[in-house]
Amino acid sequence: MAEHTVLLVATRKGAWLFHADPERRHWRVDGPHFLGHSVHHLVLDPRDGRTLLAAARTGHLGPTLFRSTDLGHSWQEAARPPAFAPAPAGQQGRAVDHTFWLTPGHASEPGVWYAGTSPQGLFRSEDGGDTWAPASTINDDPQYRAWMGSAQDGTPDGPKLHSIIVDPRDPAHLYIAMSGGGVHESTDRGHSFRPLVGGMQVVDGFDPTDITFHDPHCLRLCPSNPDRLYQQNHCGIYRIDRPSDTWQRIGRAMPAEVGDIGFPMVVHPHDADCAWVFPMDGTDVWPRTSPGGKPAVYGTRDAGASWQRLNQGLPAEQAWWTVKRQAMTADSHDPLGLYFGTSSGELWISRDEGRQWECLARHLPEIYALETARLPAA
Amino acid sequence: MKVLIPSALHSYTGGARAEADGATLAEALADLERRYPGIRFRMIDEQNRIRRHIRFFADGTQVFDLGQALDPAGELIIVQALSGG
Repeated sequence: MAEHTVLLVATRKGAWLFHADPERRHWRVDGPHFLGHSVHHLVLDPRDGRTLLAAARTGHLGPTLFRSTDLGHSWQEAARPPAFAPAPAGQQGRAVDHTFWLTPGHASEPGVWYAGTSPQGLFRSEDGGDTWAPASTINDDPQYRAWMGSAQDGTPDGPKLHSIIVDPRDPAHLYIAMSGGGVHESTDRGHSFRPLVGGMQVVDGFDPTDITFHDPHCLRLCPSNPDRLYQQNHCGIYRIDRPSDTWQRIGRAMPAEVGDIGFPMVVHPHDADCAWVFPMDGTDVWPRTSPGGKPAVYGTRDAGASWQRLNQGLPAEQAWWTVKRQAMTADSHDPLGLYFGTSSGELWISRDEGRQWECLARHLPEIYALETARLPAA
Repeated sequence: MKVLIPSALHSYTGGARAEADGATLAEALADLERRYPGIRFRMIDEQNRIRRHIRFFADGTQVFDLGQALDPAGELIIVQALSGG
């Protein structure tokens, strides 16, 4: 088979792999894998092009990770999934409810992976995801624990550590985000972190200097300019250009009737001025659906100075979707392909950077996460 | 002792029936882990707490404490409790 793109689909009831033809017109469906498991993230290791990790749990059982080294033909359970350290006697320890986010390590560190969990914890594997250990002092640091808050302070299915980003120039330089608990930066491979929340806003009436009130939904680094990051937050869309430590609220340029609230954030792999979001209704009781039932992607080609509505092919009305923070992504084609998956189990594709959309699949379970990968010719 | 395994864990045991040795629930689960690696963590978290939707019954009586003594000739039933849709 020629080089092709595979779309990795993680859902509330299992995982699927969609293999594309070279034109991305026809897709071969492989799945379900782990039917009935909640799969929060399914990621292919770009360093070897064949190792898959799936973060899974079921309604009854504790969390685990599955690994495949043959693109999902066979799976093995991780020998030691992410788990917090036992609490000292007399103290209440935390337990991982589920692994939410998986990030392959730096290109120079084959076999290294990072995992973010609910409740918030950072874990690291050095053997391709088979065994995991706590990766950071933040898991047990009293100040960070206070910023993480309790289960009541997090998202409906638990507070999360997500958006683990490894600087492509430096394996020791990491970013993470927590819902809730802010954005943080490490220069020692995640051993320690410091907050990076300057300029980020919080819900009216709360103190933005208190890290616990910050709720970044999704953070992305631009591969073509690793000093630039974009962020979709509970309170707006932001961009930061390091070494500045102040985020700029670029979502102010979004149409007022749409707003700048949402979950996902996607960046162009080759153009750091291009990014896309999927706005949702964050008014009154926070319906978290497409504003007005009219779904649209919004894209910028000038680093957030202006935004264009991209909804050709999407339903014009009565479509009450949510697109979760991991459920929108891009491929590496030229022109770039964009993809999103909905809470109602639909997969959508644009082969031209968002100008025209087409439904790729319906009737899947609630889609939690999408990733793409370019597979080499067989 | 005989152990009845719920369907959610058959991927480890290969079926509903298993055997485990141990004088307590903790020892029986440790023996199950030796026989079926990975199975214990799906039922017991890293702080040694029984997971939310797992129940243990020894000879018909629910067991809440990992230190509870078990009858080596008895039966341990593991149940997957209701967990939603």
